[in-house]
Amino acid sequence: MINSRDILETIRMIDNENLDVRTITMGISLLDCIDSDADRACDKIYDKICRYASNLVKTGENISAEYGIPIIHKRISVTPIAMIAAACPGKNPVRFAKTLDRAANSVGVNFIGGYSALVHKGFGPGDYALIESIPQALSETELVCSSVNIGSTKAGINMDAVEKMGRIVLETAKRTADRECIGAAKLVVFCNAPEDNPFMAGAFHGPGEPDCVINVGVSGPGVVRAALAKAGDCKIDEIANIIKKTAFKVTRMGQLVAQEASRRLCVPFGIIDLSLAPTPAVGDSVAHILEEMGLESCGAHGTTAALALLNDAVKKGGVMASSHVGGLSGAFIPVTEDAGMIDAARCGSLCLTKLEAMTAVCSVGLDMIAVPGDTPAEIISAIMADEAAIGMVNSKTTAVRLIPAIGKKAGDELNFGGLLGGGPVMEVNRFSPLKMIQRGGRIPAPIQSLKN
Amino acid sequence: MRAVITVIGKDMVGILSQISSVCAENEVNVVEVTQSILQDLFAMIMLVDISKCRVPFTELSERLTHTGKDLNLSVHVMHEDIFNSMHRI
Repeated sequence: MINSRDILETIRMIDNENLDVRTITMGISLLDCIDSDADRACDKIYDKICRYASNLVKTGENISAEYGIPIIHKRISVTPIAMIAAACPGKNPVRFAKTLDRAANSVGVNFIGGYSALVHKGFGPGDYALIESIPQALSETELVCSSVNIGSTKAGINMDAVEKMGRIVLETAKRTADRECIGAAKLVVFCNAPEDNPFMAGAFHGPGEPDCVINVGVSGPGVVRAALAKAGDCKIDEIANIIKKTAFKVTRMGQLVAQEASRRLCVPFGIIDLSLAPTPAVGDSVAHILEEMGLESCGAHGTTAALALLNDAVKKGGVMASSHVGGLSGAFIPVTEDAGMIDAARCGSLCLTKLEAMTAVCSVGLDMIAVPGDTPAEIISAIMADEAAIGMVNSKTTAVRLIPAIGKKAGDELNFGGLLGGGPVMEVNRFSPLKMIQRGGRIPAPIQSLKN
Repeated sequence: MRAVITVIGKDMVGILSQISSVCAENEVNVVEVTQSILQDLFAMIMLVDISKCRVPFTELSERLTHTGKDLNLSVHVMHEDIFNSMHRI
């Protein structure tokens, strides 16, 4: 029989330490739905999503019940809509967003991602229209998430897109100002966007993916923190070891869920994203892991080193536990979704510049950060450019998800509720980057891109 | 298919009998039982065979959880694969 201590450990992880599978995300290709008649394309999209994902939620719930593991979200990612909408020039792409929203509601998923454009090297037909339509699309839908890839290590950074996205993020926040600017919380700007990411708001189904695929995102910051708390005083090497062992267990659980979901839905298994994804719930915080390592508050000097260790150990532990690892895979540091980050931002320990440094050593980037509503678009663009540069040079994914808090200033609070959480508005550096942002053009790909 | 039933809570008379009667009512065969008592805390782990179970897994789980709740015990019913995959290479 299985060791009873192991059994009780698993029960404790689930009951007391918020162990869960964050999401089962079904990736669906919409390339075969392309049609020059926009209405017909929308009908095909709706039908395909409903056909493929009709059992997704039920299957997720059944697996959750049988294995006793909470599966928090069931989601769908689709081919970047800019590719589909490109076949219908002159038509407002928002109709596609509304179709996605309708389909997501029909099948009962929590989010649908893929109202996206990949413009890291330049704009193709459909990209301009889609990007311009993002504010309207996100204000008129509930479940649709949007992302734009504006840079990559191979292509450099499309500064025209960066300039545009600063304005789009601001406009999206303004359009949803009456709902805590939530539109901007569903919009991510990427550098080196992964094509198989199951996490929102940046999930889309890349053009190199199969027709349909199951990707799973695990979670478990609370489990890691609890394991470290038990370790007491030990050298930092031992901390890394404990994180590795814990990440292994968490990922094995994700692998099991992914295999089961894939088998039951008759859809190929894609990847496990072995990310430590926090929630605003107490005891489910990445910041608290860093503090458990010995920092008074997240954001203190030493935070970047602690995060680098955490991120690396999570990958080392997780990679052996899964047959295919992908997506973002690392520690997330979304501010409003993490109770410890929220406290650190409130008490002044965590500021935007420290967060930027932290993004150089972890997955994703400046995530879920509320900035003052009067922040000029060019400053938002410049923050995106900085973050994209970190991703480009380090051959890693970086993302920016800022929420301009319309009508609010630094120190005020935004509150989205649910997994998106809430938190204080953080001040930005007000010196102007306007001239640089207005130059436009493309930052050349770095020398690191020349690997052939 | 085999499942693991864990029962955790304050020790009292009749825990094993109540849980195993729910199993028997539903044609669930108990394969193995271990239990330990640490101070007042009772922890019982049952490995059961549910291949002939009369009701769907979710309903069995609900019935056992419900029985546990009446006795102020925390009861989990989980597929054994979860433990095998998390704790064995």
